[in-house]
Amino acid sequence: MQALVIAAHGSHLNPDASDPTYAHADAVRETGAFDEVREAFWKEEPHFREVIRTLESDEVFVVPLFISEGYFTEQVIPRELRLEEWDPDLWESDGTDASQVTLEATDVDKTIHYCGPTGTHDAMTDVIVQRAESVTGDPDVGDGFGLAVVGHGTDRNENSAKAIEYHTVRIRERDRFDEVKALFMDEEPEVDDVTDYFESDDVVVVPLFVADGYHTQEDIPEDMGLTEDYRLGWDVPAEVDGHRIWYAGAVGTEGLMADVILERAADAGADVGDARDAIRAAANVAVPDGGRDADAGAGTGD
Amino acid sequence: MTVPTADVDDLQAAVETDGAIEFDGLRLARGEEGYALETPESDWSGLDEVELRDALVTVREYVTNWRYWQDSIGGDGTARRTFLRWCERAPLADEIDRLRADDQSSPAPDDYETLAVPQRYEILRDGFDREWGQLCVTTRLVDSHDVDERAGERVYDLWHVDDADTDLADLEVYDDPRDAREIATFDEDDRYRPLKTAPTLVSGWAFTGLSGDELVETIEFFYPATIANWHRELRGDLDVDHWLETAERQTGIYDVIDELPREAVDWMAEACCVDSQCLRRREWQYEAGDDLDVDGGDGPFPCREPCSLVVAAARKWTVLESEDERTYELELTTSELNQLTELIDAVAEGRTDEIREADVYDGANRYRARYLRAKRFADDGSLDAREVDE
Ligand code: SF4
Repeated sequence: MQALVIAAHGSHLNPDASDPTYAHADAVRETGAFDEVREAFWKEEPHFREVIRTLESDEVFVVPLFISEGYFTEQVIPRELRLEEWDPDLWESDGTDASQVTLEATDVDKTIHYCGPTGTHDAMTDVIVQRAESVTGDPDVGDGFGLAVVGHGTDRNENSAKAIEYHTVRIRERDRFDEVKALFMDEEPEVDDVTDYFESDDVVVVPLFVADGYHTQEDIPEDMGLTEDYRLGWDVPAEVDGHRIWYAGAVGTEGLMADVILERAADAGADVGDARDAIRAAANVAVPDGGRDADAGAGTGD
Repeated sequence: MTVPTADVDDLQAAVETDGAIEFDGLRLARGEEGYALETPESDWSGLDEVELRDALVTVREYVTNWRYWQDSIGGDGTARRTFLRWCERAPLADEIDRLRADDQSSPAPDDYETLAVPQRYEILRDGFDREWGQLCVTTRLVDSHDVDERAGERVYDLWHVDDADTDLADLEVYDDPRDAREIATFDEDDRYRPLKTAPTLVSGWAFTGLSGDELVETIEFFYPATIANWHRELRGDLDVDHWLETAERQTGIYDVIDELPREAVDWMAEACCVDSQCLRRREWQYEAGDDLDVDGGDGPFPCREPCSLVVAAARKWTVLESEDERTYELELTTSELNQLTELIDAVAEGRTDEIREADVYDGANRYRARYLRAKRFADDGSLDAREVDE
């Protein structure tokens, strides 16, 4: 038997923070590729600490639903899962190439395949592009468009910027969008000045965040000038300084994220059969969703 | 009711493989003189195949019971199976044997009294109820008239304990375990419930006709990991992490919580971990050999380490407790001093919503609180108090 655990942050304050985790877990459940699929959280239940013992499978694939390697993937999750042999060097990563490492969890008799975060997997590049497609409602979006991939910035975690740059370069190499830029909340180039960095009239802005919350639903839209007050909502696209800004909200809510989760598990040796095809088929027919509820905000807590 | 032929075939095949089977009072062995069959009520020996089949029909409940547990449920030794057996007062096999051998190490679950198969079938025909926190599990035998192939199959219904007497027609009925996630997310005032074991689960819903696996999955969504930890406790291997261990393990912004004073940990447990706030029974202490003064509560499932909510709150309290105490002087009448007590108590007990608009006899009444504020607060909105130099 094999089990999949999707490890995410969650929130004590905002019930929406875990929605993408549940949605992707359900998508994987539907494929039947795993005998057990479980969500696990730092701030919700089941906690990382308790999740493995709720499984009957001996082989457990843990995929962190996080954007970058760093504090959570290197310290918190392995510690809370009681992976005593863990050492970040086992990933042999420079910040964006962690794949997986196989370890024993000491409180249960199980083999844990601890995977790199979803955010740095190559398949994540497709999700960002898919996000641009779904927010514009155009499967061929690219020509005449700029794309901004937005991250938090280096004050919290230097790998976070690496993940943003990594996908930015990969998308640029595809020559699909006229311009592709990495922008940040807390460092240059800043997302506040988004229109300064693009010549294209149309710019799709995709924040590389797992869930919608304070940053993606309050900070970024206000900073970019999409709206005076996030509670009033904003248009997609919205006019800013002569550009049309297609603001996508957190990329982690895109249906195709479930595919990245499966890729991570498959890279670690999970037998996922043709589950990926099923996920991709479902994600490609996803209804474009550019709008948002004016009340969807609220912080994700700490 | 007859015994499905397939069940008899399976039973015979199992005996051929293992030489003998013994399960829930049913014993069947194949010896040189033919088959020997035994239940608590009857026994046969020297049976040939035809006689065996006839005899099995007279103990059909034992046969279908065997099939249900070995085939439909399986998972010998798992928490899932043990929990489902607990749901119908079946013997808990290994777990209970261990408890008998060593009564001291951990308590049997709620004066656990097991029933033999015919008695179990008797109670299961009407549906047998078990409570799990605010959940009530009803185990029933499937009506076997039209599903003879699955005679002895159980199904499970799940309700809120408050809905025990509510008609099914008045409840929202579900059959997908995942719907439990939604139900568990908000309390009746539509506030987010970050602690799943808070005693604020809304009522008004029912899951019906769940399989054993689905029941366990549904409960996992309502009360994550409670079955796994209950099962560990039952086996005597619950791994408790006490406060200090947990606190010292923290990093990042929670690194400081191991500095929370010893007595503050008591206050914290009293604030968060009592039955009125959480249905888990707190098993963790300050550290091994240093118990907290506060009772851990009566919940059916153990809490093996401080949860993330308590850890997050502890960070705030650690900061607050690092402040020095000072002496203040402020003017209050005796009744106003008493009113402060009533206000704090009403907030701590979550009682403010219940205080009627016109009930000015309650110190936590809104008008009373506004009056006190108008009278005693300074212009900047703070309590008008002076620090006293020692
Ligand atoms: S730490 Fe306290 S509040 Fe948290 S789950 Fe345990 S008993 Fe409940």
